[in-house]
Amino acid sequence: MTFTLLTAVLLVLTMLSYRLGRQRVLASGSSVKDMHSLPSYYGAYVALWCGIPAFLMVFLWQVLEPQFLRSITLSGLGDTARALSETQLNLLLNDIRSLASGGILSREPDAAMTEAAERYSTWRNISTALWAVVAIAAAIGGLSYGRRLVNPTFRARPAVERVIKIVLIVASTIAILTTVGIVVSLLFEALRFFGKVPITEFLFGLQWSPQTALRADQVGSSGAFGAIPVFAGTFLITIIAMTVAVPIGLMSAIYMSEYASRRFRAIVKPILEILAGIPTVVYGFFAALTIAPFFRGLGESVGLGVASESALAAGVVMGIMIIPFVSSLSDDVINAVPQAMRDGSFALGATHSETIRQVIIPAALPGIVGSILLAVSRAIGETMIVVMAAGLAANLTANPLQAVTTVTVQIVTLLTGDQEFDSAKTLAAFALGLVLFVVTLGLNVIALRVVRKYREKYD
Amino acid sequence: MANLAETQTTEGVPVANDDIPQAIRIAAERVSVFYGEKQALFDVDLDIASHSVTSLIGPSGCGKSTFLRCLNRMNDTIEGCRVAGNIKLDGVEILSDALDVVQLRARVGMVFQKPNPFPKSIADNITYAPRIHGLATTKADFDAIVERSLRRAGLWDEVKDRLDEPGTGLSGGQQQRLCIARAIAVQPEVILMDEPCSALDPIATARIEELIDELRQEYTIVIVTHSMQQAARVSQKTAFFHLGILVEEGETEQIFTAPRDERTQDYITGRFG
Ligand SMILES: Nc1ncnc2c1ncn2[C@@H]1O[C@H](COP(=O)(O)OP(=O)(O)OP(=O)(O)O)[C@@H](O)[C@H]1O
Ligand SMILES: [Mg+2]
Repeated sequence: MTFTLLTAVLLVLTMLSYRLGRQRVLASGSSVKDMHSLPSYYGAYVALWCGIPAFLMVFLWQVLEPQFLRSITLSGLGDTARALSETQLNLLLNDIRSLASGGILSREPDAAMTEAAERYSTWRNISTALWAVVAIAAAIGGLSYGRRLVNPTFRARPAVERVIKIVLIVASTIAILTTVGIVVSLLFEALRFFGKVPITEFLFGLQWSPQTALRADQVGSSGAFGAIPVFAGTFLITIIAMTVAVPIGLMSAIYMSEYASRRFRAIVKPILEILAGIPTVVYGFFAALTIAPFFRGLGESVGLGVASESALAAGVVMGIMIIPFVSSLSDDVINAVPQAMRDGSFALGATHSETIRQVIIPAALPGIVGSILLAVSRAIGETMIVVMAAGLAANLTANPLQAVTTVTVQIVTLLTGDQEFDSAKTLAAFALGLVLFVVTLGLNVIALRVVRKYREKYD
Repeated sequence: MANLAETQTTEGVPVANDDIPQAIRIAAERVSVFYGEKQALFDVDLDIASHSVTSLIGPSGCGKSTFLRCLNRMNDTIEGCRVAGNIKLDGVEILSDALDVVQLRARVGMVFQKPNPFPKSIADNITYAPRIHGLATTKADFDAIVERSLRRAGLWDEVKDRLDEPGTGLSGGQQQRLCIARAIAVQPEVILMDEPCSALDPIATARIEELIDELRQEYTIVIVTHSMQQAARVSQKTAFFHLGILVEEGETEQIFTAPRDERTQDYITGRFG
């Protein structure tokens, strides 16, 4: 019995148990009014009794089965296997598994392997059948137990609510634990990197050239890990992006919320938000194939040397990408400024633009700042556009016409391709990621604080 | 704006006296208001006497606020709102397109139901309009305006030590007085008040009513209120609206003691509305 089939059977059983639970309480003869809970709660209660133990069994099986099969298979291989290293052993097991399922092998199977493969498939079939039986038994057992508890005075509702609460808690715990896990592993790898390269060199060094020599006689592989040029590149591109996005986004937000008719707004706002839905790769080749050559041509015509991959092109396109973040959020906060503020200002004889400049923008400023900070953290973390349009050269420059590189681009290049996972080069990616994470986290925290403080003021 | 201030000084003498027939400041003639297709006011004729308090009363939704907003053209800011008829302020038509609403609103100030100080400092709330209208240039002038307006609104003693603190940090009653101070900072001729006390407690309400009575010396005041007692206490003239029609207007005393219309009678005795 396959996994899918088993799941389907269990689901059907669970649904069935819902109906059975409901029917049982309805059949008890008392009217719904006299029952402690609504009939559907009794159904749900029995369904939980049926479903939860069964699916726990399935889950357990999924976790334990590989371990179990592995030891069964190995036990027949005898001393040859015990002599193998961990990697070789894994390879052997893989081959046995392939042999059992008729896949491709990395070697000619010998007699011991064929025998092991047979044992493997026999035991796999046995264990699958066994666990299917166990799971279905658990489902039926749970069903009949739960059903027995059901009677009109039984408090099914609190029990169901409690289970729902537990499920929700588990879900949020998983989300939190995942985040914590990511951060911890980032931290851990970064610490390993700082074991190889001093943290001061990383944070304050002016030279970024992560190619380390594989052979002693290799040239051009200085292995310098000064992250300043990389962060400077990120900074430069972010600034360019914000100079594009903030004025345009803010002004369109003001137009949309203050001047545009309701109908116009209903049409234009979603269109603007489509900008945020365009995949960044598309922006990337727009930047690399359209904007960058355009800037280079423009530069040539006035006698300026513009690199074919320039910070300017990447920054401008990134700015375009971020416009909807600024405009949409700012539009919301400007709309949240109470109409009473506008009325008060108009009633004093202020014109529309005076009202906007002197009352609405100051009142909405914290929210606007928040939206800009969120956009900045978005810009800092953006990868695809810069990979395609800004280049890889870690120039320490403030000239937007030159190629620069950013933190995210470097992480990509450090980790793509064949890598050893314990060289300083690959570990450097984690250090970069950690710093990037800290910076964006800080920005987000500040932004959310600012926005929240603003909310409190008017609600 | 300079001549505005002059008119103010000549007219600023207390003339209000209930026995003397008063000059007409605002004359509304056949005023109708439409929100889109829906008509909210029907041919309202109402004269508003100078240096007196006129109260507009009537059941909810009868068009009191709508009429009040016509007087400083605040209806302009509402999408789809159309006003027909004539309203003359000191003999000048204010509904014509040629009129500058900025000037008009400087002459006709407004106080709203809910106190709406700007999220700025107390001083900046007061100087906001004078700055816009160019009424002063030096800091000393602005300071003088702040003090005079706050004194006039009876708020000076409570806030003089914290003029730099945000106006939104005051109590509701103080905020409403700040809004009144803000309105009188530009020396208007008329002040419109739309239920100025409905968000306040009785003590704050009493303060504002006192203030309205004092302000009558210098300004022409039109107030919308749901409280019959308030109308009787503060106003000299009363106009009763019902379903968009001006049913009856006259001396407050007459309206409350001897109403001519049955609907007025029913309303003031609390039989509906
Ligand atoms: N912005 C608007 N758009 C459409 N209709 C409106 C608008 N403002 C008011 N109205 C309508 O016009 C009529 C008069 O409203 P108005 O606000 O003048 O009443 P009111 O007498 O001030 O009532 P209240 O005492 O409740 O404040 C009502 O029927 C109302 O629904
Ligand atoms: Mg009203």
